[in-house]
Amino acid sequence: MTAEATTEKARIGAPSIAGFTEEGEQLVASKVDRHHSHGVQVMASRAERLTSHDVADFAFPNGREEEWRFTPVRELANLLSDAPTDGDVLTVSVEAPEAFVLRTLHAGEAPRGATLVPADRAAVVASANTEEALFIQIPANAELDEPVRVVLTGKGAGRRSNSHHVIEAGENSRAVVILEHDGSADHNGNVEVFVRGGAQLTVVSVQLWEDDAKHLAQHDAEVAKDAVYKHIAVTLGGKIIRMNSNVRFAGEGAEAELLGLYFADAGQHLEHRSFVDHNVANCKSNVLYKGALQGKGAHTVWVGDVLIQKQAEGTDSYEKNQNLVLTDGCRADSVPNLEIETGLIEGAGHASATGRFDDQHLFYLMARGIPEDVARRLVVRGFLNEIIQQIKVPALEERLTEAVERELAAGDN
Amino acid sequence: MSTLEIKDLHVSIDTEQGTKEILKGVSLTIRTGETHAIMGPNGSGKSTLASTIAGHPRYTVTSGSITLDGEDVLEMSVDERARAGVFLAMQYPVEVPGVTMTNFLRTAKTAIDGQAPALRTWTKDVKAAMEQLRIDADFAQRNVNEGFSGGEKKRVEILQLELFKPKFAVLDETDSGLDVDALKVVSEGVNRAHAEGNMGTLLITHYTRILRYIKPDFVHVFVDGQVVEEGGPELADRLEEEGYDRYAKGAGSAVAAPVAAPAQ
Repeated sequence: MTAEATTEKARIGAPSIAGFTEEGEQLVASKVDRHHSHGVQVMASRAERLTSHDVADFAFPNGREEEWRFTPVRELANLLSDAPTDGDVLTVSVEAPEAFVLRTLHAGEAPRGATLVPADRAAVVASANTEEALFIQIPANAELDEPVRVVLTGKGAGRRSNSHHVIEAGENSRAVVILEHDGSADHNGNVEVFVRGGAQLTVVSVQLWEDDAKHLAQHDAEVAKDAVYKHIAVTLGGKIIRMNSNVRFAGEGAEAELLGLYFADAGQHLEHRSFVDHNVANCKSNVLYKGALQGKGAHTVWVGDVLIQKQAEGTDSYEKNQNLVLTDGCRADSVPNLEIETGLIEGAGHASATGRFDDQHLFYLMARGIPEDVARRLVVRGFLNEIIQQIKVPALEERLTEAVERELAAGDN
Repeated sequence: MSTLEIKDLHVSIDTEQGTKEILKGVSLTIRTGETHAIMGPNGSGKSTLASTIAGHPRYTVTSGSITLDGEDVLEMSVDERARAGVFLAMQYPVEVPGVTMTNFLRTAKTAIDGQAPALRTWTKDVKAAMEQLRIDADFAQRNVNEGFSGGEKKRVEILQLELFKPKFAVLDETDSGLDVDALKVVSEGVNRAHAEGNMGTLLITHYTRILRYIKPDFVHVFVDGQVVEEGGPELADRLEEEGYDRYAKGAGSAVAAPVAAPAQ
């Protein structure tokens, strides 16, 4: 049996939320119980967290802060210092169809900085130390059949790198932008995304770093009226990865989907945080992160915040994290946080489940004639495929499926 | 015609108090077309026999043999036994995360047959078998046993029995936890598989009620890791009347349990 498995599920839909009046007025007024959280003490609203473009506003974290408490901050001194990029440590290459504009934006040049306001020390020093931000602009009404592919290659472990990318999908455009990270570096990378009215944009961030790379990231998106945004984080490589994927809305009828897949091996710390700010009425969001862990000291973290503001009536939101623990000695932290300030919503739910793949599963599958290695692959592939198949770029899906197979093969040794 | 032969089987498990012998010399021969019922009180070693045949790593065979048409089953790994034609319908089927029933059934069938089943007929076969066992079509897209009720899990075990077509089926208390309707549906599935004429069945049960639906050719009474009495179907009727008490007394053991099923 799954001795260490914990399952926790909740699905609540207006107007049957206990303690809420029809308008939600009473709760907001009294500020009682409006924060719904698991595994942490009741704290201030997610909306009240500091954001700023000024490095001086963010002290070095000591690891006891709410937003840093799972992270090995002592190993991040280089990344958290206000330091420039170390020469040519990062090469950036862009492959893309013709229908887009590539240029750079200096600090303060619109639209840079309008959506992404740094929310922690890592993000603020990354942007402050990026003079020219790469700007990928998909023109209004353009429909790109091929993805825009940005490959960032680190050329030295422990060498500091900063970047800030701005992606703008013009009105009614349709595009996929893939950011691929490989090689090694101490990389601080911010990504700022504008999804204009009616546009459909998918951003895929793939972390295929070497084992000694560290990567901190803040990816912020603003999604306008009737636009659809999908962010997919795929993290397989790297020693310490911490990625924040955040979204808010700029018009009604918008949809956001934040997806993630991670596979942690011995000694890897893979942390993903998501924040959906339902600041506008009648928008939809779905968050799903799935992770596999194997090997001693493999550590994954998922913290999913959803805030449904008082004015965001008609919101429909759901978030879920699932982890599959393949061996002893792993740790999966999973914290879904849901704050609801109005009862007039379509739905708001969260779920978190961490289960083990153990000898009983193996015996069951083998007792049906399936060899051991096939049985393991069957389970992990099936589990992670749900995310991979959302990418809808066949060549990348195939490469990631192979990368997952390699992770599994490494675990067999 | 195949033969599964168990000879003087001794099996022990490791416990915190040391090694404990569970099976103390079991001999049993099952041939294609035969149905053998193994009955006995709780703790008599019935399930140990089932798990040992399938190769569960918890059980250590200290002496004796199991052969399938002369081949040494004990030398085979768990998956090799299944591919050789041994099927264990488990007492507590395990939930397997991340694997849909569809994917699982196809992968297992491919492994057992050594080649992938023809897609068109396979899909049809699965659908038909599910309908006969009254398993909802949407189960095909759900993960193996995940969130299934006890009765649903047992039906899914018999679904596999029907699809994989083993030479020998070992049913480990398949009747436990089933209501009368489910018991009927499951029994019909076993009888269908049996009627194809290429399977021998070892039916392990605590109660006689499943024997109203599945007719055994032979009944073996298990007490304290040994077969204490053997006979035809009439032996099951006697057990229904008399229970296991007289064996327990005869064996000088405190083991005793009622035979009749509790009211549903």
